[in-house]
Amino acid sequence: MLAHARLIADNPSGTTGRQSARILRMRSQAPLILRPTRQQPPAALRHWRLNPDHSAGVSLVAGAAGPLGGDHFRLDIEVREGAVLIVRAVAATLVLPGPHGLESRSEINIKVASGGTLVWLPGRQILAERCRHEAHTRIDMDDGARLFTREELVLGRHGESPGAVRQRLRVSYDGVAIYDQELAVGDGMTGWDSSAVTGGRRALGSLLIVDAETEEQTNVIQSLPDGIPDTALMQLDAKTLLISSLAEDSIMLTRQLDAGLAQYARQRQADHVQV
Amino acid sequence: MADNAAALLLLADGRLPAGGYAHSGGLEATIRAGRVHDADSLEKFLTGRAVTAGLVAGAFAAAACHASTKGDRVLLQELDPELDARIPSPALRAVSRSLGRQLLRAATAIRPHPRFNELDRTAHQPIVLGVAAAAFDLAPRDAALAVLHEAVAGPAVAAVKLLSLDPFSAHAALARLTPLLDQLASEAAKHADTAPADLPSAGAPLLDIAAEHHATTDMRLFAS
Repeated sequence: MLAHARLIADNPSGTTGRQSARILRMRSQAPLILRPTRQQPPAALRHWRLNPDHSAGVSLVAGAAGPLGGDHFRLDIEVREGAVLIVRAVAATLVLPGPHGLESRSEINIKVASGGTLVWLPGRQILAERCRHEAHTRIDMDDGARLFTREELVLGRHGESPGAVRQRLRVSYDGVAIYDQELAVGDGMTGWDSSAVTGGRRALGSLLIVDAETEEQTNVIQSLPDGIPDTALMQLDAKTLLISSLAEDSIMLTRQLDAGLAQYARQRQADHVQV
Repeated sequence: MADNAAALLLLADGRLPAGGYAHSGGLEATIRAGRVHDADSLEKFLTGRAVTAGLVAGAFAAAACHASTKGDRVLLQELDPELDARIPSPALRAVSRSLGRQLLRAATAIRPHPRFNELDRTAHQPIVLGVAAAAFDLAPRDAALAVLHEAVAGPAVAAVKLLSLDPFSAHAALARLTPLLDQLASEAAKHADTAPADLPSAGAPLLDIAAEHHATTDMRLFAS
């Protein structure tokens, strides 16, 4: 099944600096369904002062089961100058094998213009046994754009080993790559469950926060949250923070990522009090 | 094998005074976390490291060798931020740049060549190695192989110290990995003229996290 969905948000008041956003264009194609919804920004982003009344909110529903083998999903998202867009998946995605053993693909292309903010929450992906999936997300940010994204990957349902998955996330800022990581896990992949890659953990996730305003903050974020295993906060550059975590299961993973995020939020809110 | 294989042996030799001996490639932190404890778990760790950090470093070395041979300075400069984007751990980035600086010093001393002037003093180690390979008229695949060899030989030798492992069993693991390294070197070499944005980006999340833990540990034998 081929599906191509598109979403464009802009700021109707132009670049006056007032927070305002609307959905300029939105096209769903089954099973990729987009629906406008009021979206509350993540609590950790309080210092961004996002007002849900002046943000464009969209729910993403990856409709029926899937992606299934043979499916090719494509989603293009554009956040224009000064707009705030929050996109959140309604539920976890279960990646399943199709009837003919074909590979499924999903391709997500995102552009965030200067002064634009995107909160991209594609939700948890669960990789079923024997699935074959390739996912490529590319996020291009202009100078002065902001991004918050959170990805969680679960390797197999209960008691199951995952099919083969290749997942790549590439983020560029002002034309320069700031993050590019591919994860190749599951059946037939080499070395993926070794102690260098997943070490047999069943769930892994990452959070990426890009905010040029933090370039002026001098406080360094503590890289290892106290008492939280297999989790690190990594400052990629002055504006970019990565939180990476691995856990035995998805519940632990969510808890660990939340703990890492809470540490970030405490630090940033403290910065704001100082300013 | 090429006629100039002697130069490849020289560049890949752990005795080259370029600082590699001080690093365990994340193994020390992995052992401390209890994830590697014997020859078997060491071999798995080395395999995981080869297909991720090893392949990425190999592809960048191959691309740097190719760019330097062509005299394409702009391309060579583009490789640097692209490799940064593929090394999320700040501790590992610092290690890669520090090893790059030491290798650049060694390589310019043993083989003065104008190609080295095209490199930043802070260039990443695989990029310096690619340029050094070009200075010896080696091919991109040679550069990739040297980097891949170092990516597993360093931690394997460190394991002998860290686990009091029998040196023969550490090297037996390396011997079993040779077909994989050859295969990865060929894959890396295929990317010698790939656009920098499309070079491999295989990630190793546990290596990144281990490196961050290691950087904050006081009691340690190896720098990384």
